[in-house]
Amino acid sequence: MVDISSNFVGIKSPNPFWLASAPPTDKQYNVERGFEAGWGGAVWKTIGNPIVNVSSRYSSIDFGSKRMVGINNIELISDRPIEVNLKEIKSVKKHWPDRAVVASLMVESKKEAWHDIVKRTMDAGADGIELNFGCPHGMSERGMGSAVGQVPEYVCQIAEWVVEVSEIPVIVKLTPNISDITYPALAAKRAGAHAVSLINTINSITGVDLDSFVPRPIVGNASSHGGYCGPAVKPIALNMVASIASHPDMKDLPISGIGGISTWRDAVEFMLLGASNVQVCTAVMNYGFRIVEDMIDGLKNWMEQKGFKKLDDFIGLSVGKVKNWGDLDLNYKVVANINQDKCIKCGLCYIACEDASHQAISYFKDKYTKKYEIIEKECVGCNLCQMVCPIQDCITMEQRNIGAPYMNWAMYQEQNK
Amino acid sequence: MTRRIVPKLSKEEYEKNFSDVKPPLSKDAALLEANRCLYCYDAPCIEACPTHIDIPSFIKKIATNNLKGSARVIMESNIMGGTCARVCPVEILCEGACVYNNIKEAKPIDIGRLQRYATDYIFENNIQLFKREKDNGKKVAVIGAGPAGLSCAHKLSMLGYQVTVYEKKDKAGGLNLYGLAAYKITNEFVEKEIEYITSIGGIEIKYNQEVGKNVDIQDLLNSYDAVFIGIGLGKTPKLNIPGEELEGVYDAIQFIENLRINPLEKVSIGEVVAVIGAGNTAIDAATQAKRLGAKKVYIIYRRTQNEMPANIYEYNLALKDECEFLWLTNPTKIIGDTFVEAIECIRMELGEPDSSGRRMPIPIKNSEFLLKVDTVIKALGQISYTNFLTKIQGLELDKGRIKVNPETMQTSIPKLFAGGDCINGGKETVNAVQDGKLAALGIHKMIFS
Repeated sequence: MVDISSNFVGIKSPNPFWLASAPPTDKQYNVERGFEAGWGGAVWKTIGNPIVNVSSRYSSIDFGSKRMVGINNIELISDRPIEVNLKEIKSVKKHWPDRAVVASLMVESKKEAWHDIVKRTMDAGADGIELNFGCPHGMSERGMGSAVGQVPEYVCQIAEWVVEVSEIPVIVKLTPNISDITYPALAAKRAGAHAVSLINTINSITGVDLDSFVPRPIVGNASSHGGYCGPAVKPIALNMVASIASHPDMKDLPISGIGGISTWRDAVEFMLLGASNVQVCTAVMNYGFRIVEDMIDGLKNWMEQKGFKKLDDFIGLSVGKVKNWGDLDLNYKVVANINQDKCIKCGLCYIACEDASHQAISYFKDKYTKKYEIIEKECVGCNLCQMVCPIQDCITMEQRNIGAPYMNWAMYQEQNK
Repeated sequence: MTRRIVPKLSKEEYEKNFSDVKPPLSKDAALLEANRCLYCYDAPCIEACPTHIDIPSFIKKIATNNLKGSARVIMESNIMGGTCARVCPVEILCEGACVYNNIKEAKPIDIGRLQRYATDYIFENNIQLFKREKDNGKKVAVIGAGPAGLSCAHKLSMLGYQVTVYEKKDKAGGLNLYGLAAYKITNEFVEKEIEYITSIGGIEIKYNQEVGKNVDIQDLLNSYDAVFIGIGLGKTPKLNIPGEELEGVYDAIQFIENLRINPLEKVSIGEVVAVIGAGNTAIDAATQAKRLGAKKVYIIYRRTQNEMPANIYEYNLALKDECEFLWLTNPTKIIGDTFVEAIECIRMELGEPDSSGRRMPIPIKNSEFLLKVDTVIKALGQISYTNFLTKIQGLELDKGRIKVNPETMQTSIPKLFAGGDCINGGKETVNAVQDGKLAALGIHKMIFS
């Protein structure tokens, strides 16, 4: 049997799947439904002085028939009084002692305000605190959220205020709306925060209504930029997680991975790149809490297949495999191969290579047959044909030994002096 | 003794039995299906379509909600894209060529119904996609207002010709109106499509004008710059067996036409029906007989399923309607005093291949048997208007079909062009539309180069 229990900076949960701070963790009712479904933990929707939201607050992009490939929101933090949220946290924690309940906090940038809310959160029995330095909309206009997260000095300052009074773990949630994620991450570490979580949402406009000309989400005759999340942001999040995990000064800084995680496969990828656990929101907003069942099941089956007994056996395994481009082997060579038995003759590989790549696919056609074949001497091994092919394992990239040893860019320059 | 006739069905039953066999897609279904299309390069569906509609392109446009553009792509290649969307044997044409057929247990794209979705949009919203060019001063006569003739007329008008269509019946549409099963297409749609085609102007249809009777083809050839002939085919050949004249023996073409031009409750059908032949028309007749309330419908064919001319879709429709195929069976006598009471058939076996390449059916001696039937529908194909065609001086025929240059549709008479069933012996609407289009281009080329 594999053990998927998680211990994130001392916060224990039966599995590494937490609900992210967002609408699904808005109140006791939701969080308990999430726990009933099997979620290991929940980061409560950000608590602070109650705000007022606009109606019409989410919008999304579709791709083909797939809905919600990415969504954005212009919703603010909790619109419920601090004491109500804290009372519910206490109650949830009482009912679900084995689950992690972390309070996401955001108050104005004053030491007293932070000291006060941190103490009250501890009194409520939360397992940890997550500092929301990430919201890119609304709250940032009031000097909170990403307005803090984008300035490493502010991140450090506020995190210090929190850490100096907190007796429970402090996680700093980072905004991706910054040129280099390692700067605020280092600032959080400097302040003594126990962990970082990332990514928060990305500043975005999802689209424009072609009849009213108003961008989405439409609020009357206007819109506002909002925070973007969902499957489309996963690659950005993975890179940011990896860049912190592989940073020489943050090797021991635990990371909670967030950003477009919908399946156990996504979760494993985040963990391979250094996240100790993961947080999920959009997939739940799309399908409900029930998705965690396959996340748990799939993770266990995969670990069993790979021979991993506990999460730590594979967390971070891929971190060392992210290198600078300059370290890559220029003598590594792959070429595409088309399995003619599997090819359905859609021609997508051909036209992609012809128009966008290296004219490395030939097209033969007569009255009876069609045949697409790789012209190996023209193929640079870019993977594009494999990516466009609709058939599993029809186009494969095959390694060719060109009989030359490892050579990186620096060596190449040296050799060609 | 009185004929055993099926009692009239209720209005609801007729409606149900003759409702759209392929109902239109909803917007959601259309989008799901359009997004499933791979947008193949050099897509095989395009080649499989006799009019070469750029299918991936029109489907992509459905997915982007550019329905006007989608319909334009369809109708530029096939002005009867609306009819063809409903009646084309897509299983053996575009959908049969879809690359999804190469994926085990995957389903091809529902191209026919997507085409209907796009074309319905322009009909429902009265969007005219085409504009006639300035009159070029040339005149063309078109004989027959069926799919070939109307397609030719539309293309010619687009190119600036004045077109006069001579139609022997009092309505245009040809087999679209008279020859297709009522559950495939409605008269309202056929009429709407014809209105759409003719509304660009430059096309005058003269009804009740039968060339060879009240119009002379030589006069037309003399007074027009070119003539297109799209007269289709004539009657079903006779069985040449006793009893063929009895009440209750119908020609399938007439039977199908009756269902299209009369209210359904006015078409009577016997309780047990024998349809002779196993082509697509035979199946149209058999399934409709069943849908009119016949208790039992036999489809009698002298060869086997392997040789049947009906396509697989039609065959499955007949099975779904619980028609019974009697293979290797040939009628020898229709029995009755004044009306059909029974049919005598004989068992057949297959011998050596005949001139069609199919194995010749040979009667098995003393294997005659009786089937008690009340209606016999003859569906043995149609014979060409040989009498009329052979009288046209200089017109070359091949087995009763007009010989044409397959690129220009020009006949052996330079000013005379032809297309549709009268050149191919009876194919689909889509073939006729293509012929008409090619002929128009052929005429244009002849006149202006």
